[in-house]
Amino acid sequence: MTAAAAAPPKPWWHQLLGFNLLTGVILGVGGWYVGWFGAHAIAGPSVDYFGDIDYNELSIYLAYIGGVVGFLVGLGFFNYPIARMRGYPPSLREKETHGWIRYFSLCTDHKVVGIQYLWGIGLFFFIGGLNAMLIRTEQLSPHSQSFPMGTYLTLVGMHGTMMMGMMTSGILGPFANYLIPIMIGARRMAFPRIEALTFWILMAAGGVLTTTIFFGGFPTGWTGYPPLQTEASPGMDNYILFFALVGVSMTLLGLNMIATILTMRAPGLTWTRLPIFAWGVLSTSVLMVLAAPVLIAVLCMGALDRTAQTSFFNAAAGGSNYLYENLFWVFGHPEVYILALPGFAIVLELLPVFARKPLWGYRLAVAGLLGVSLLSWFVWQHHLFVSGINGDLRPFYMLSTELISIPTGFTFLCGMMTLWRGNIRFSVPMLFCLAWFFNFLFGGLSGVFLSDVPSDVTTHGSFFSMAHFHYTIMGGLVFTFFAAIYYWVPKMTGWQLNERLGKIHFWTMFIFFNSTFAPLFAAGFLGQSRRTPVYTGNLKFLNDWVSISAFLLGISMLIFLFNLVWSLAFVKKPAEANPWASRSIEFQLPSPVPVHNFDRIPVFSGDPYGYGEGPTPHWVPAGQPAGRE
Amino acid sequence: MASEPTAARPPHDSTNHGLRVIVAWLVLSAIATPLIVIFVGHLIPPGDASTQGTEQVFDNTWMLGIITPILCLLAVFFFYGLRSFHAAPGSAVVDGPPLRNDSRIQILWIVITSTMVLFLAGFGTYELLQNGAGGGQGPNPIAVPAGHKMQVQVIGQQWQFTYRYPSLGNIESNQLVLPADTYVELHVTSLDVVHSFWAYELGVKADANPGTDNVAFVRTKGPGTFHVRCAELCGLWHGYMFNNGRVVDSAQFQSWASQAKKTYASIKPFMDKPESQGGAPFSHIYLPAPDRRAG
Repeated sequence: MTAAAAAPPKPWWHQLLGFNLLTGVILGVGGWYVGWFGAHAIAGPSVDYFGDIDYNELSIYLAYIGGVVGFLVGLGFFNYPIARMRGYPPSLREKETHGWIRYFSLCTDHKVVGIQYLWGIGLFFFIGGLNAMLIRTEQLSPHSQSFPMGTYLTLVGMHGTMMMGMMTSGILGPFANYLIPIMIGARRMAFPRIEALTFWILMAAGGVLTTTIFFGGFPTGWTGYPPLQTEASPGMDNYILFFALVGVSMTLLGLNMIATILTMRAPGLTWTRLPIFAWGVLSTSVLMVLAAPVLIAVLCMGALDRTAQTSFFNAAAGGSNYLYENLFWVFGHPEVYILALPGFAIVLELLPVFARKPLWGYRLAVAGLLGVSLLSWFVWQHHLFVSGINGDLRPFYMLSTELISIPTGFTFLCGMMTLWRGNIRFSVPMLFCLAWFFNFLFGGLSGVFLSDVPSDVTTHGSFFSMAHFHYTIMGGLVFTFFAAIYYWVPKMTGWQLNERLGKIHFWTMFIFFNSTFAPLFAAGFLGQSRRTPVYTGNLKFLNDWVSISAFLLGISMLIFLFNLVWSLAFVKKPAEANPWASRSIEFQLPSPVPVHNFDRIPVFSGDPYGYGEGPTPHWVPAGQPAGRE
Repeated sequence: MASEPTAARPPHDSTNHGLRVIVAWLVLSAIATPLIVIFVGHLIPPGDASTQGTEQVFDNTWMLGIITPILCLLAVFFFYGLRSFHAAPGSAVVDGPPLRNDSRIQILWIVITSTMVLFLAGFGTYELLQNGAGGGQGPNPIAVPAGHKMQVQVIGQQWQFTYRYPSLGNIESNQLVLPADTYVELHVTSLDVVHSFWAYELGVKADANPGTDNVAFVRTKGPGTFHVRCAELCGLWHGYMFNNGRVVDSAQFQSWASQAKKTYASIKPFMDKPESQGGAPFSHIYLPAPDRRAG
C-alpha cells in the first residue's frame, strides 16, 4: 500500500462526516420528530388538553427525549456500548481526534472537555444575561409596557433557570474538568466518557430550555411551584425536562469528580496536601450527587401530574404543593452552595499566588468548605418561613441558617489572613478575588435579615431577597468564574488575555454590579415584589437607576467578550508557561499541556502553597511513565 | 511545609499591624454603630402601623447594629491591608513571610462568630415566639397572642384577594377594612395556585395555599391605609394583584360593616348555591375552614 503516504489531503468538510455535533443535531431533530409522532400515535387526541392545538403534553416529553437520545447517538455515545456488546475489548479512550473537530465531538481528553464546557457554558451565560437585559428594559416602566405579561414571565423564568441550571457547572465544568486531573497528578478523569457525556447532556438541556419559546414559555420562574406548574402552558414541559437533564448532568459530573479525587491521586498527595480547589470541588460534588437526584424525582412527579393526571401536588385530590416546595428546596438550598462553594475554593486557591504567602489555616479552610457542605442540608425550610407549613421548626431553621455563617466565616478568616503581611499584586484575577470579599460580605450580611423570621416576613419574596442572592451568586460565583478565566485561560489555550482590557472589564463590572444590585436592597425593603413588572410609582427612580446600571453591566460583559475573542482569535500572543509565578503544578507543565499531561506521574512531598518557604518544588516527576494506564 | 528549606525572607517588619487594625476597628465601630442604629434604624420598613411592624423594625435595627461592626472590621482590614501589604507595580515577585497558622486567632474567630450567631438565633426565636411576628404560621400556630382576636379569612385566587368576616355574618368583601387597635387573626387560603398575602405596612406576609389554612396574627394601631400585594408568582397577572386596605376607628368600622352587610345581602343567595343551580362561579369550591394540614 504505497499510496497511503502519498494520499492527497482530504477536503476540510470531510471531517464533518462521522460522529460529531453536526450529526448529533441532525439526528436530534430526527429523534424529536420520531418522539413527537410516536406520542401522537400512542396517545392520540385522548390526552390532548388543548383542543384544536396540535399537540399534547406527552408528545412534547417524548419528542424531546427522542431528540436528546438522537443527539447523543449522533455524537457517538452509543458506539462504545454497542462495540462492547459485540465483543470488542474495553478501552478507556475514544479514538483520538485532532484539530478543531475534536471540540465539536465526543472527546475523552479532559482538557478538551474543559474547553468545551467553557464555551458552552459561556454561550448560555450570555443568553441568560440577555434575558436579564430584557427584564431590566421592562422594569424601566412601573407598568407592563415593553413586553406582554406572559413574555415577561418567560424572560424571568428563563433567566433564572438558565443561570441556576447552566452555571451550576460554571466552575466545575470548565475548570475542575480541566484542572483536577492535573492537580492530583493524573492523566485523565476516572470516567472519561461520562465526563464528555455530562457536557453534551448539558448542551442538549440548554437546547430544550431555549426552545420553550415555541411552546408558550412558562410562567413559574425558576422554582416552578405547582399548582401553577401543573396548569401552565406546554412550555412548562421544557422547564421540567431541562432541569431533569441538568440534574442528570450534575449527578454524573459529581460522581466523576468524587471518584477521580478519591482514587486517582498521585503518590504522596495526602489529604492535607490536596490543593484547596480540589477540596472545594469535592465538597461541591458531594452536594451535587446527593441533591440533584431529589430534583429529578420531584420533576418526574411534576411531569406525571401534567401528563398522567396523577395528584402529587394537587390539594383537591389529596396531594400537597408542600411536597413540591419541600423537595424542591431540599435540592434548592444545596444547589445555591453548589454555586457558591467553587467560588470559595477559587478565592482560597488564588490568594496565595497573588499575596505570595502560604494558604493560612489550611485545615480550617477545608473545615469551612466541608462545614458549609454539611450544613446546607439543614436549612431548606427557611425558604418556607411564611409558606403556611407547620411552623414548629422555624426556630430550628433559623438557627441552622445562621450557623452556616460560621464555616463561611472560616473562608473569610483564611482568605484575609492569607493576605495579611503578604506581598500583594493586583493582577486581574486577584482583583476579582478581592471583589469576592466585598460582594459576599454584603450577600452574607443581607442573608442574616432573611434568616431571621421576623425580618424575613417583610423581605421574603421581595427584591431584597433577589438582591441578596445576586450578591452571593453573581458576586460570589460569577466574579470568581472570571477570576478563574483570567487566571487559567492563558494556561488552557496558550494565549494571553489583554491585561488592560481585563482591568477595564473588572472595574466596570465591579462598579456597575454594585450599582445594579445595592439599590435593589432598598427597593425590596420599600415593598417591591419579585417577578413582576409592576411596582409603585415611588420606586421609579430606583428602578431606572438599576436598569441603566444593568445595561452598563451588560456593556462590561461585552468588553470581556471582546477581550476574549480579540486575544484568542486575532492577537494570539503566546502566554508564558507560568505567567503568575505560581507554585501550583499545572503551571509547571508546558503550554499547552500535552495530551497525557505528565511524562512521568508526579510524586508529591507537600502542598502547592509553599510561598516564602524556599524554591524546592512540592513534587518531582518520579512516578509511573506515560503510556501505562 | 516544614520539611522544605526556608528561603531568605524579606526584612522583618516590626510594626504591630494587628494592633493598629484592631484599634482602628474599635474606634470606627464605636462611632459608626450608634450613628447607624439611631439614624438609619428607624428608616427601615415596614414601619409603625402595627405591633408586628414595630417589632420588625426593632429586630432589623438590632441586626443592623450587629452587622455594622462586621462591616467595619472588613472595611478597616482591607483598607489598611491592601494599602500596607502590596507590591510596587512592576517590581519583581518577592514572597511574603510564610505564616501558615495561628490557633489563637482561629479560636478567637470561632468563639466570636459562634457567640454572635447563637445570640442572633436566640434573639430571633424570642421575637418570633411573642406572636409570630406577622408571618404565616400554618394551620397550627405555635405563637398565639393572648386575648380577643377578630377573625378574617383571606382568600387568594387568580388574581385578587377576597376577605371574609365570620364575625360579621360571613360577609365577603374585596376590600380589607380593619378596626384600629385590634388583634386580627388572619386565615389565609387560596382557591387555585399559591399566592402570598403581603400587607406591607402591617408587616404581614402569609402564603395562600389551596386546601391549607395559614394563620397569621397582627395587631393594628391607629387609623391609616396600607398596601396589599401578592408576593408569590401566581401566573399571568401576578403583577396586578394588589389593592389598598384601610385601618379605621371603631365607629367607622361599624358603619362600614353595616353597609357591607347590606351590599352582601343582595348576593348572598348566589354565594350559598352551587354554580350549577345558578350560584356565583367558584363560590362552592373553597371550604370556609380548609383542611388543618400542611407540610
